[in-house]
Amino acid sequence: MGRYLLRRLLISVPVLFGITLATFVIVNLAPGDPVSALIDPQQISALGPGWLAQQKKSLGLDQPLPVRYGIWLKEVVQGNLGYSYTDRQAVTTKIKQHLWPTIKLMLTAQLIALLLALPVGILAALKQYSVLDYLTTIFSYGTLSIPSFFLALGAIYIFAVKLSWLPTAGMSTVGRPWTFPDALRHLILPATILGLAQAAPLIRYVRSSMLETVRQDYVQVARAKGLREGAVITRHALRNALIPLVTVIALDLPRLLSGTVILEQVFAWPGMGTLAITAVLGRDYPTIMAINLISAVMILVSNLLADLVYAWIDPRIKYS
Amino acid sequence: MVARLAEEPMRGLATPTLDRPRRRVSVWNRFLRHRLAMAGGAVLLFLALSAIFAPLIARSDPYAIDLSSYRAGPSAAHWLGTDSAGRDVFSRLLYAGRVSLTVGLVSVAIYCSIGILLGALGGFYGSWIDTTVMRLADVFLSFPSLIIIITLAAVFGPSITNLILAIGVLGWPPIARILRGELLSLREREFIVAARASGASNGRLIFRYLLPNAMAPVIVAATLGIAYAILLEAGLSFLGLGVQPPTPSWGNMLTDAQSLTVLSSMPWLWLPPGLMIGLAVLAINFLGDGLRDALDPYLQK
Repeated sequence: MGRYLLRRLLISVPVLFGITLATFVIVNLAPGDPVSALIDPQQISALGPGWLAQQKKSLGLDQPLPVRYGIWLKEVVQGNLGYSYTDRQAVTTKIKQHLWPTIKLMLTAQLIALLLALPVGILAALKQYSVLDYLTTIFSYGTLSIPSFFLALGAIYIFAVKLSWLPTAGMSTVGRPWTFPDALRHLILPATILGLAQAAPLIRYVRSSMLETVRQDYVQVARAKGLREGAVITRHALRNALIPLVTVIALDLPRLLSGTVILEQVFAWPGMGTLAITAVLGRDYPTIMAINLISAVMILVSNLLADLVYAWIDPRIKYS
Repeated sequence: MVARLAEEPMRGLATPTLDRPRRRVSVWNRFLRHRLAMAGGAVLLFLALSAIFAPLIARSDPYAIDLSSYRAGPSAAHWLGTDSAGRDVFSRLLYAGRVSLTVGLVSVAIYCSIGILLGALGGFYGSWIDTTVMRLADVFLSFPSLIIIITLAAVFGPSITNLILAIGVLGWPPIARILRGELLSLREREFIVAARASGASNGRLIFRYLLPNAMAPVIVAATLGIAYAILLEAGLSFLGLGVQPPTPSWGNMLTDAQSLTVLSSMPWLWLPPGLMIGLAVLAINFLGDGLRDALDPYLQK
C-alpha cells in the first residue's frame, strides 16, 4: 500500500508539470502582449516605440518563453496567480470569491445525483426488464442526450415562468438580507438540473454492477444460509457492488465541471463558470490561466484520491 | 471473457483474415436486428438528408433579414416563425443541422486519427514511448473539455474551424487509451506471434493484423464521441463562444432564449433547436450502443 501510494504520487508529478506547461503555452499562443492589451494603442504610439520596448523589458516580457515559464511557475508555487487585465485585482482574490459558489453547486448536484442513482439503479437491477427498468433506461438516454442548458431553459419556463415557484437567477434575492430558505430556493433548479445530468452514468453503473454482483456465488451462499433477501442485498451484494463508484464519480468530474460552466451562465450563478466566461470575453488571460490550472489540479487530485480510497476500501486489490 | 477464450485456439490456427468475413456477417446481422440502433440510424439518415438538401427544402433564405416581421409566430409563410432579426427559423434549423453534424463528424475524425496513431505507437512499441503517450493523455484528460475549449476560443477567436480543431486536437486521449489497451492484449496472442515469426514487418503487423482486430471498441467510442462533440458545439455556441451568428447552429439559435421574454412567450424560437439537438444526440447514442452490442455480444450483461 505504501509503495503503491508513493508510485501513484510520483506519476502525478510529471502530469502536474504538464498541466502547468500546457496552460502556459496555450495562453502565450495568444497574439499581442499584455502591455498592448492593457494600454490604448493611440497612447502607445504617442509615447513612441521605445516606450513599449522599455515597458516590456521592465515586465520581463523580453525574456525567452522558457525563462518566462520558469518565473511564472515560481510565482504560482508561491500562491501568486497574477493580476487581472480587466480590473487589476489579484487573481487569487477573484478565485476565492467565485470558488465557493461553484463548489456548493457541484456538491449539491453530486449529492442529488447519488440520492437518485443509488435507489433507482439498485431497483432497476433487482427488477430487470420491469417497467421501472425501462423507464430508467429512457431517463438515462434522455438526460445524456438533451443538453443540460436546454433542460434548464425548460425548467425555468415551467417552474419559474409558468408556476412562479422558484427564482430564475442568482444565489439569493438581490436587496434582501441572506436567509437560508431563500438561498435554498435559488439552489434547487441549477443543482437539480446539474444533478440529473450527472445521474445517468451513475445509474447505468449501479445497475450493471448490481446485476453482476447478485449473480456471484457468495450472494447465492448468503441466500442459501437463509438470510432475508433484504439483508442479502444490503449487507452482501450492495457493499461490494458499490466500491468502484468512487472511481466512476471521480472520472466524471470533468463533465461535472463543464456542465457547471454552462449552467452557471443560464442561472446567473456567480461561480467559476461565470468568471471563466467573463474572463474569456474580456481576454483576461491571467484569470483564464488560473481557472484552467485550478480545475485541472482539482481533477488530478480527485483522481488520485479516488485511486487511494479505492485501494484502501477494497482489500482484494493488490498493487505491485 | 470466458467465451472469448474459447474462441482463441481457432483464431490462433486460422489466419485472422480468413475468419474475418464470417465474423463481419454476424456483426451486421446483430446490428440490423438491434431495433434501437436501427431507429437511431433512420432518424440520423433523415437529419443528414434534410441537412444535405436544405437548399431544396427550405422555402426562404436562412440569412435573409426582415426587420418588419421580427420574432413573429408560426405562420403559413414561416412554419416555425421568425427570429430576432426576422430570419426564417425553419430554414435556419435545416442549415444549422449542416453545421452541427459537420462539427461532430470532422472533429471526431481528427481526434480518432490522432488517437489511433498515438495509441498504436504506445501499445505496439511499449517502453518509454508508451509512458510518454499515456502521461500526455493524463495531462489532456485533466482539463475539463469545455473550459479548455473556451480558453482556445479566447486565444484564437471563436469560429467553426477553430471549434473543430479544438475538439479534434483535445479529444484523442480516450481513443488512444482504448486502442493501446487492445493492442497490449493482442500483442501476445498466437496469431501475432506467428505473423512476427514468419517475418512480417512492424508496419504490416500493425496495419494488417493488429488494427483490424482492435478497431471495434474504437468505432463504438468514436460514434458516441460524435454525440458528445455535437453537445459540446451546442453548449459553446449557446455561450456565444462557438459558431458565430449569422451562421446558424442549433446551439446559437438557443442563445436568444436566455432572455425571459423569449423564453416565456416565444417557444418557437427555442423549443425546435433544443429538440433537434436532443434528437440528433439520442439517435447517435442509440446507434453507438447498437454497434457496441453487435461488435461485442459478450460485453452485454
